[in-house]
Amino acid sequence: MKNSTLPQLYEEMRRVRTFEERVGELFVRGQSAGSMLHLSIGEESAAVGVCAAMREGDTFTTHHRGHGIFLARGADPNRMMAEIAGKDSGYCHGKGGSMHIADMGLGHLGANAIVGGGIPAVVGAGLSARHAQSGAVSVAFFGDGATGQGILYESMNMAALWKLPVMFVCINNQYGMGTRIDQATANPNLHERAAAFGLAARTVDGLNVEDVVDAAVELMEGARAGTPAFLAVDCYRFYGHARKDKSPYRAEAEEEEGRKKDPVLHARARLVESGLMSEADADALDARVAAEMDDSIGYAVAGEEPQMASMFRDVYDPTEPEPEPVRTRLDRVLAQG
Amino acid sequence: MPALETTYRDALRLALSEAMDADDSVILLGEEVGRYGGAYGVTKDLIAEFGAERVIDTPISEAAIVGTAVGAAMTGLRPVAELMYVDFLGMTMDQLANQAAKIRYMFGGQIGVPMVLRTQGGTGRSAGAQHSQSLEGYVMHTPGLRLAMPATVSDAFHLLRQALARPDPVVFIEHKGLYTMKGTLDPDAPPADWGRAAVLREGADLVIVTYSRQVHHALAAADTLQSEHGVNAAVVDLRTLNPLDVETIRPLVEAAGRAMVISEGVMTCGVAAELAARLSEECFDFLEDPVVRVAGEDIPISVSPLLETHSVPTPALIVETARKMFA
Repeated sequence: MKNSTLPQLYEEMRRVRTFEERVGELFVRGQSAGSMLHLSIGEESAAVGVCAAMREGDTFTTHHRGHGIFLARGADPNRMMAEIAGKDSGYCHGKGGSMHIADMGLGHLGANAIVGGGIPAVVGAGLSARHAQSGAVSVAFFGDGATGQGILYESMNMAALWKLPVMFVCINNQYGMGTRIDQATANPNLHERAAAFGLAARTVDGLNVEDVVDAAVELMEGARAGTPAFLAVDCYRFYGHARKDKSPYRAEAEEEEGRKKDPVLHARARLVESGLMSEADADALDARVAAEMDDSIGYAVAGEEPQMASMFRDVYDPTEPEPEPVRTRLDRVLAQG
Repeated sequence: MPALETTYRDALRLALSEAMDADDSVILLGEEVGRYGGAYGVTKDLIAEFGAERVIDTPISEAAIVGTAVGAAMTGLRPVAELMYVDFLGMTMDQLANQAAKIRYMFGGQIGVPMVLRTQGGTGRSAGAQHSQSLEGYVMHTPGLRLAMPATVSDAFHLLRQALARPDPVVFIEHKGLYTMKGTLDPDAPPADWGRAAVLREGADLVIVTYSRQVHHALAAADTLQSEHGVNAAVVDLRTLNPLDVETIRPLVEAAGRAMVISEGVMTCGVAAELAARLSEECFDFLEDPVVRVAGEDIPISVSPLLETHSVPTPALIVETARKMFA
């Protein structure tokens, strides 16, 4: 299993944290293409901990707050940042952005801007894995908000019924936009729902990334062997729903308390306390990561805009005619007589 | 296999069975497709032939059926999902319109979603407002989805085989009123090109453009127009609505100067509206009359067979419309 020692897990979480901080700055500078940007600060242990249990060939889908997951699966931060900036050098040539980023090479079947929209795809990927006897697991990452969507229950039911190599990971940051989980459901013990469908299910506290890794490994290996699983990772969304949201719907005292549950600082403190890493080495690591992410900002800003002609490309397969642009049609139609 | 006399339903089944024989990655999934054999019997006995791993009975979960097909198509399978009635399209619309249709584009061309969503629609079985609709307009309004609607036994087979070889998601809408229709099928004959309309009847006075079951209504009306009213009408079967073949129709309309478009779907913002707009733009200088729409009334479908029959175009209405054009 790669990246599963505490120093590695810390480094990956620091990369996610710093990436998110930088992408937030890109947004503030007006160089992010999307009008929407959802940061996963505070949720790093879920992304890094679960991805540490994944193997090459595994596939996954994410929600709209999925930068950290993709990064933890090996994404190139340059191409990620470029995609978020809407540049041709991004993973999707600027057409997907933050909420629709994907990379088939890394098994990323796509981030999704529809809450719950990416969940059933892993059931299909599970069917494919079984058909090909590839041994791969497919993992759906989503937030607690998606537990209000029927598609989650349809998908969990099918995965359990067919005993597919599938895992559902609910990153419970306590908020669906501005609605706290206890305002959205009478029973916030989310894994109980999955257990009711016959999935192996549990909740883990996201403070300690190693706890997340342990839970994820156990459940994912079970899924690989045909017992589909559900893992809820409890954490706290440190900032607003989207970059411009100052979270007026929650008390400052609650936020202060929530931000104490910081998986990155927790891992760092444990590294130093246990003697696995000196304070100075941790500082140096942080600085190295900061430089990497600064570079990715530079890469994104320097990238080319997509060509206008690409607008009609990839609606259909490249062997098919592209849709006719309005101007072309008008010229043709109005040239008569 | 020699040419055979068969039904629309059996032609569809033969297409599925041949495709599954030829390609191990083709799987079927949907409600009642396995042990029950399909609500309209299209997948009858396929589970015995190909096993429950490839002919998959699902719970009643339309959204996840389509979503599962999307994920399977992205990871190497060729899924054929069945939606028992097109009326259930609303349950699947996120997976179809936001996922299947947009994945290639959103992801910058990295991957397509080569799946087929088979379903059936239309009136004729007194099935009421939630089991009789013609919702092809919903599909046609979504870039990224191909749409095929066979009218003949031969096309039921050949268009489905072609749909299963397409690189993009295809919605394949059968007509519940055609399953028992008989016709000739030559499975080994080279099929007509995907995306090309078929001129089923020549006619110099008027061009009738339609698809699915209304093709048969149009042909019947054209016979009446010829024999009783001296009007010589061409009938064009579009076969696919995306791609939409205006090229084949344009010269016919330019020559005749009159065109009627027929759709069982409701008129407003429907397939007939789109066709009328295109033909009006493309053939404006040649038209003697407005391009006329004959479409479903802008109302829900009743259970009453009398009301149901007259909620959608009938051969009598087509004849009447043509006569008014020549009055």
